[in-house]
Amino acid sequence: MIRLLDLRSEKSGYCFPVSEKMWGILGRRAVDGGFSASSFRRMRSGLVSARSYAAGSKEMTVRDALNSAIDEEMSADPKVFVMGEEVGQYQGAYKITKGLLEKYGPERVYDTPITEAGFTGIGVGAAYAGLKPVVEFMTFNFSMQAIDHIINSAAKSNYMSAGQINVPIVFRGPNGAAAGVGAQHSQCYAAWYASVPGLKVLAPYSAEDARGLLKAAIRDPDPVVFLENELLYGESFPISEEALDSSFCLPIGKAKIEREGKDVTITTFSKMVGFALKAAEKLAEEGISAEVINLRSIRPLDRATINASVRKTSRLVTVEEGFPQHGVCAEICASVVEESFSYLDAPVERIAGADVPMPYAANLERLALPQVEDIVRAAKRACFRSK
Amino acid sequence: MATAFSATLPLHGSSQENRLLLPPTRLPPPSSFLGSTRSLPIRRLNHAHAARRSPVVAVQEIVKEKKPTNSLLITKEEGLVLYEDMILGRSFEDMCAQMYYRGKMFGFVHLYNGQEAVSTGFIKLLTKSDSVVSTYRDHVHALSKGVSARAVMSELFGKVTGCCRGQGGSMHMFSKEHNMLGGFAFIGEGIPVATGAAFTSKYKREVLKQDCDDVTVAFFGDGTCNNGQFYECLNMAALYKLPIIFVVENNLWAIGMSHLRSTSDPEIWKKGPAFGMPGVHVDGMDVLKVREVAKEAVSRARRGEGPTLVECETYRFRGHSLADPDELRDAAEKAKYAARDPITALKKYLIENKLANEGELKTIEKKIDDLVEEAVEFADASPQPGRSQLLENVFADPKGFGIGPDGRYRCEDPKFTEGTAQV
Repeated sequence: MIRLLDLRSEKSGYCFPVSEKMWGILGRRAVDGGFSASSFRRMRSGLVSARSYAAGSKEMTVRDALNSAIDEEMSADPKVFVMGEEVGQYQGAYKITKGLLEKYGPERVYDTPITEAGFTGIGVGAAYAGLKPVVEFMTFNFSMQAIDHIINSAAKSNYMSAGQINVPIVFRGPNGAAAGVGAQHSQCYAAWYASVPGLKVLAPYSAEDARGLLKAAIRDPDPVVFLENELLYGESFPISEEALDSSFCLPIGKAKIEREGKDVTITTFSKMVGFALKAAEKLAEEGISAEVINLRSIRPLDRATINASVRKTSRLVTVEEGFPQHGVCAEICASVVEESFSYLDAPVERIAGADVPMPYAANLERLALPQVEDIVRAAKRACFRSK
Repeated sequence: MATAFSATLPLHGSSQENRLLLPPTRLPPPSSFLGSTRSLPIRRLNHAHAARRSPVVAVQEIVKEKKPTNSLLITKEEGLVLYEDMILGRSFEDMCAQMYYRGKMFGFVHLYNGQEAVSTGFIKLLTKSDSVVSTYRDHVHALSKGVSARAVMSELFGKVTGCCRGQGGSMHMFSKEHNMLGGFAFIGEGIPVATGAAFTSKYKREVLKQDCDDVTVAFFGDGTCNNGQFYECLNMAALYKLPIIFVVENNLWAIGMSHLRSTSDPEIWKKGPAFGMPGVHVDGMDVLKVREVAKEAVSRARRGEGPTLVECETYRFRGHSLADPDELRDAAEKAKYAARDPITALKKYLIENKLANEGELKTIEKKIDDLVEEAVEFADASPQPGRSQLLENVFADPKGFGIGPDGRYRCEDPKFTEGTAQV
């Protein structure tokens, strides 16, 4: 999936694989001054600030990004090991841990029995004793069987022991809705875990996010809940050379501004970032310039970035996939109202999944999750362009 | 009445299974087996069933065999160490009760009176790098493992000099130095954590190629044996052959729920062989018997032969916690076990076998009394934690949260309360 770009050739500029958004920018620049290696580099630096997929030389799926991140961290530190259902011989339920068993052997890649409470607790105990486990949940819905360990023995331990025992563990797996998997496999746990002090909760969107945040999570000495998304695993994103370096890490607790704008702020995480970006395109056509913030880190929440953005645009639309009550959006709304109330020109808009267990029927599922049109409508409401 | 454990027999009895060493006549009547004077219907041990059990040898027989050859189970030094440890446990817990009723200690306090033989019997065989994981009844486990009485008492008083600086409390005794990995309030929660610590020991040996033969001992109660995590860990410990000893402190009561009322098969040691590990039952009121079984279980684990499940029949002399009125237990049952007090039993053994005299034991008792008194004074005199401690240690790496860009803890920054708690 990774295609190399030959920067020296002008012609190649037209055939490297980029997303349609990038295409638009490059198209415009091409009209202006034609392609050359130097203008590419200038463009790349310009693009980095605007949307920071560097004028991509490569693309990577999120799946490959996660796989490479785990692989590199395992080879760098022998204390890192992977544990979960089907992570070994089956190559990973979603093939995230593909190839790791062959490379590192069964002493470092453990296929566990179906005992979430048991193996999560074992991971926590191993972390107490100094190892760095990466525990995979087949989906975070199954983490409910192990939530006692995630919260009571992992999150709270550093505090209860007054800093004596830290727990350098990563709990990762797909979170949120997939396609037609029904109510018990579709819940989003971001709000649940993000309310617990002692946990760090991360939600990557692109391949770069996935790589950087997972590497940061594995290196972090605290328990990290790493919420991936099944539907994003197969999606390709451009990835820069810096991101492919084995010491590339993204800071935990910093959000990223995916798209700059000045009329309305849209904050979201995980799959909804893609939807928000599409919504921003549609809004741009109607003359509304939306700023899209990819939260990346749900706990700690980057309140500074969100509030700075709201103070700039004066309007906020928060989007998430999970249940609305007590959700991540609710926290962002509260934070913005507490801090930037006098800057708001419109009530804060909150888009979340429907307040029902996820239905199975495809059309109902579509109705139960936020769609691009919902985000567009909300943004327009915030801008008083519609009722 | 202890059906117990043989060092020499293999794990899964092969042909030796039939060398089943408990002839039916020796099987004790069920009511005295479990120590309860209540006549509850108990499934009679099926003798045919018994034939299929994993190999057992009564520890009592071993003990009795040794005696005639005039070799005692312990030397004088060992005996005094055991005695001192049990006296420390008992005095400390008695002092806790006093302090609680004086208001110096608060919250949930669960005392260990009566069960000292189990803690002393196992933990005194461990080294400093071996790990112990316990439940909320963890004061004495921490003391036996080496955490100082001062540190534990201060922790109970909620002072900053406590082993966890007052953050944990009675139910959460952690000590990295002594490898006391807690103190868990949820029953069953410590078992997977202990299994993980044992897993680390094996990982260090096999993957990191370090010289590591640390074992982990997990203590938990009879009520926990009905919890799913227990079975999950028995399975995985046997599957991965982890160096762990699962010690069931069967004191017959889970708050007010009798073990017999809540368990379909009350004989917990039988659950070990079901998962492929030896299951041992031992008289937990006798520290020497516990020590014998513990020696074998610990050396089994160190040799890499895998886990063991040890059921210690013991009794708690006080209620479940200091808030428990303890109305459901029979006075006769309590009296019966009080007569089997492990400390008096050891004292008797030491004196009868001329390992120590009254004077030496009294000196130890006085020393411990002074130690505990001093611990109380120390705890009393210690300061309470400072306000800034509230927000410390949430994370080990505070860069993500606790420490601001200027390098100071954010709680010192008056603007910290952005959108979160008021301090």
